[in-house]
Amino acid sequence: MSSRFPNAEGAALALVAALALALGLGGCNREARQVRGSPLPDGGLAGVSPTALHVGGPRPFVKDPRAAQYEENAYHIGEGKRLYEWFNCYGCHAAGGGDIGPPLMDDTWRYGGEIEQIRASILEGRPNGMPSFAGRIPDTQVWEIAAYVRSMSGHVAKDAAPSRGDQLGNPPAATQVDRKPMGALTPPEPAP
Amino acid sequence: MRRVATAALCLLLAGCAGVQSSMDVAGRQAGDIKGVWTLMLWVCGVMYLLVLAFLGWTLWRARRPLADAPPLADSALSPADRPMQTALGGWMVLIVVGLLVLTFGSFLVDRRLAEAGARADLNIRVTANQWWWQVEYQHPDPSQGFLTANEIHLPVGKTAKIELVATDVIHSFWVPNLGGKQDLIPGRVNDITLTPTRTGRFRGQCAEFCGLQHSNMALDVIVDSPAAYEAWRARQLASAPPPVTPGQARGLAVVQTAACANCHQIQGTEAMGKTGPDLTHVAGRRSIAAGALPYSRGALAAWIADPQGIKPGAHMPIVQLSPADLNGVLDYLDSLK
Repeated sequence: MSSRFPNAEGAALALVAALALALGLGGCNREARQVRGSPLPDGGLAGVSPTALHVGGPRPFVKDPRAAQYEENAYHIGEGKRLYEWFNCYGCHAAGGGDIGPPLMDDTWRYGGEIEQIRASILEGRPNGMPSFAGRIPDTQVWEIAAYVRSMSGHVAKDAAPSRGDQLGNPPAATQVDRKPMGALTPPEPAP
Repeated sequence: MRRVATAALCLLLAGCAGVQSSMDVAGRQAGDIKGVWTLMLWVCGVMYLLVLAFLGWTLWRARRPLADAPPLADSALSPADRPMQTALGGWMVLIVVGLLVLTFGSFLVDRRLAEAGARADLNIRVTANQWWWQVEYQHPDPSQGFLTANEIHLPVGKTAKIELVATDVIHSFWVPNLGGKQDLIPGRVNDITLTPTRTGRFRGQCAEFCGLQHSNMALDVIVDSPAAYEAWRARQLASAPPPVTPGQARGLAVVQTAACANCHQIQGTEAMGKTGPDLTHVAGRRSIAAGALPYSRGALAAWIADPQGIKPGAHMPIVQLSPADLNGVLDYLDSLK
């Protein structure tokens, strides 16, 4: 070591460079893209409730094992952003700010803000206008749209959040939104 | 050795022919471009040979001392410098003339290519998507226009002006046998003009890297006789034939109520999605998934059952269909000639 690097400074520099290289290479395999989805029906919505109001207090919430694959994955969230436009979520929710449908980019969730609950809202439909998309959108894509909708209020890490979209009058990129801690299963605030 | 050389030469020359080769000219524009190419080959070839000849000569020629010459004064020319000066002067003239010829030739061809679109007999709009081509035959009367995908039919001898747009990223339209290359850029309309001069089937390919499935983004261009083209056009204008067998009827019901209709369009049915390829006459096309597979009922089954296995990353998802539903869908789609 001492023959190649005459002083400790050089050795330290080499060490830092090696560490930076290792870190950089580690970034090459940040996440896995699972483009395929399941060829079999993904199963129902058992155990997913749109509300925290239950007789005898809140029920324990069990995460769907498939959720982890979608909710913090940049590829799936990006695909969800594309599908959000393709399936005309824009028609009612605009680019997330809400129109004749409620806004999706705030942190108020009438029917729950967990990815499983958002998926259930898309599949089942909700009162006052949200149609049911069950059977119309393949299950993988519903997961992707749910992951994107969840990301709108800034709960997704910056390295996974989608960047600015192509539309005019676009809301700020999700990477620019302040992240807030999500209160799981928060019931809506009562109307004044 | 000689046999190997002959085989290699044959292979090399075989690359010049085929359905995707700018050397195998089948269109006026491709002919013009090949003209520039040939001119460039000759000008550059002659210059290259001259350079090699001079290099060879300098290597061959022995060094000779200048016998009995008086020592040179400062800034005086050696007798050996004179021919060198003449040669360099001539060389400069050759370069200037060569460049002028090339510039003028390319100017003439560029002008011809730019003027070609002014006298178009038909207008087509090609929209590039990740990773397929939408082809819209335009007509002043909207009922005479129609949509298709990944396949362009052109009548021989007629000039087609093709508008080029893109929806997502930059693509490039290139059918080497018929014409040059033109980029498709989101938010901008480009165009290219093709005048095919002989009938046949040619292959185009996206020529600008556009993502995961760039290599599986091909299109077929079929140049027909005017009569065959008109017959094809009349078939394309018709709505999809109604289902005949029970299987086909089931297929149509599935297409309209399951996920298919969210993206795909079939004229004459309630499937009116806009984001995927138009399927009105899908069974009449040569290939599916932009050249990924040749069309057959089996290939279509493979594609619907597992699109991500055939073209990973493509926007066609796995749609969970029961075997009976899948069979019905295949019966129906296979009837859309």
